[in-house]
Amino acid sequence: MNREFIKSSVKWGVSKEGYFGDFGGAYIPEMLYPNVEELRKRYLDIIYEPGFQDEFQMLLRDYVGRPSPLFHAERLSAKYGTTIYLKREDLNHTGAHKINNTIGQILLAERLGKKRIIAETGAGQHGVATATVCALKGLECVVYMGEVDIARQAPNVARMKMMGAKVVPATSGSKTLKDATNEAMRDWINNPVDTHYIIGSVVGPHPYPDMVSRFQSIISEETKLQLMERTGSENPDIVIACVGGGSNAMGMFYHFLDDEDVRLIAVEAAGLGVNSGESAATTALGKEGVLHGSRSILMQTEDGQVIEPYSISAGLDYPGIGPQHAHLFKENRGEYVSATDEEAMIAGRLCAELEGIIPAIESAHALAHLEKMVFTGKESVVICLSGRGDKDLDTYMNYFNL
Amino acid sequence: MNRLNKLFQDKKDALLSIYFTAGYPNLNSTLDITEAVEKAGADFIEIGFPYSDPLADGPVIQHSSHIALQNGMNLKVLFQQLKDLRKRVSIPVLLMGYVNPVLQYGVANFCDSCSEVGVDGVIVPDLPMYEYENLYKDNFIKNKLSNIFLVTPQTSEERIRKIDHLSNGFIYLLSSSSTTGKNLTVSNEADAYFSRIRDMQLKNPTMIGFGISDVKSFNKAAEYTRGAIVGSAFVKFLDTENAMERIPEFIRSIRP
Repeated sequence: MNREFIKSSVKWGVSKEGYFGDFGGAYIPEMLYPNVEELRKRYLDIIYEPGFQDEFQMLLRDYVGRPSPLFHAERLSAKYGTTIYLKREDLNHTGAHKINNTIGQILLAERLGKKRIIAETGAGQHGVATATVCALKGLECVVYMGEVDIARQAPNVARMKMMGAKVVPATSGSKTLKDATNEAMRDWINNPVDTHYIIGSVVGPHPYPDMVSRFQSIISEETKLQLMERTGSENPDIVIACVGGGSNAMGMFYHFLDDEDVRLIAVEAAGLGVNSGESAATTALGKEGVLHGSRSILMQTEDGQVIEPYSISAGLDYPGIGPQHAHLFKENRGEYVSATDEEAMIAGRLCAELEGIIPAIESAHALAHLEKMVFTGKESVVICLSGRGDKDLDTYMNYFNL
Repeated sequence: MNRLNKLFQDKKDALLSIYFTAGYPNLNSTLDITEAVEKAGADFIEIGFPYSDPLADGPVIQHSSHIALQNGMNLKVLFQQLKDLRKRVSIPVLLMGYVNPVLQYGVANFCDSCSEVGVDGVIVPDLPMYEYENLYKDNFIKNKLSNIFLVTPQTSEERIRKIDHLSNGFIYLLSSSSTTGKNLTVSNEADAYFSRIRDMQLKNPTMIGFGISDVKSFNKAAEYTRGAIVGSAFVKFLDTENAMERIPEFIRSIRP
């Protein structure tokens, strides 16, 4: 990683004031201001220090197992009649892309002199990735997780506890990711000096969306090199990723943003159907507003109250999207679509049967979009397989009566 | 000059402000509580409008916000309820809440509605100074609304000066960096913080909020500032038996 490689897109990147077009900013109460401001002032200098880069690269290689493979999925390709590659973030240590960001943020927290780490988690992947890096660095770790998610992601709760993290149930609201995020922010307000909050997605006040994007940008950085080696061209025709808050998608899109002939497709969770009242398809159902510290698009009532989302996938069960996604959506740089629970579950099973890869249900949403596309046969498509499905076995078992 | 500015100019004793959530405990209790709080002797009132995700609030105000929303409270209903405000209440009234409901109502409309019903000021903790100054300030000024900013022990002197420059009512000092509903810590650190702010000789008066729940904490606040704001303790009190009749008793328990 060097300043050239992780540079921000001039057109699509963050402004000096912390905005992506109309979206972003830092809509936070004064109690959070000193912490967020300290980060804002220092994050770029710290992550571009040579010492930081060396340690970050070393850990990504020797601890996470990067680069993650770019796999030519031949049987999926044959089924859909085009060339499909899977970016195997599921093969990372801890089983998802989330650890790219937690490695970056724990190194940052160390350099800020923080002793205590907090995080929110939905599916538990970010919680596990945070507990992992805290164990690695010997820092205290508290993870907030919705009560509903604790019940549906038991193996991840156990993994966090095994690595010494404290898992605190969020019992307000829908008891899912949104509420876990509220609780984590309250914790940060009450512990303003010694604590760093590792946000797991490209959401939250500036600089989080930009910072998390940069740490996740390794996904598209590697993809470009791998495609070049494989095909002689660093760009595919189409990139597809699932979006909850949107961190794997932002990492997958990052180095393609300025290559405007690359189609970027973001797949949201439609739950039981976009218009069923049980959905998390934010761009279809949402309006502009402020959630968790930034101006973005969120599902809300006319009165500005946040609507409880629904998805079978805990990691996509979020009523907003990151501000950079809102910008890409509004400016039509990305195509924002959705897949239902059923479509995702079927796509997940198909991937298991055709490729011997059980995807996380989150990632299965991205795969599900293949069914809706028409290919000429000449396209190359990269799908971000953001996580593995081990944590979802219970859900798959119940759904398919396995 | 609005009612709030006049209050700070005219009254010399320590000021007491009471916060409660609109629509709690009942949808239509808002104006009755406002009136009762004035009669019991409070100097001004902050009416909270509820939000689904109140991340700066502790359990007490989270709960009252949740019930208020269930009762059907929203900004349209609140402004409807407040249309007779100035027939029944003469002390300054502020609205307090999170930015998203205000954005959906429209900031300009919100400021106009405040002015129409006779609201004097607004506290929106998650409206940043940058956006206030560049996008919304004119709406506030046009409607003679005081925009109240918060300051914590961690806020830098430079930022406090900027807040003072942008403020036109009072500055809301948080007794510590915390969500609402914690107790005021009487410590050397808190003393140092309050003295530091007092010695800055700001152009705006200051009030202390968060953690004021009895005579001792109120007097402590009044030593350093113009007075104190009581929120969680009052909201919790509203949940007790015959609370409406006992509001004077509650006020005496803070300022005898």
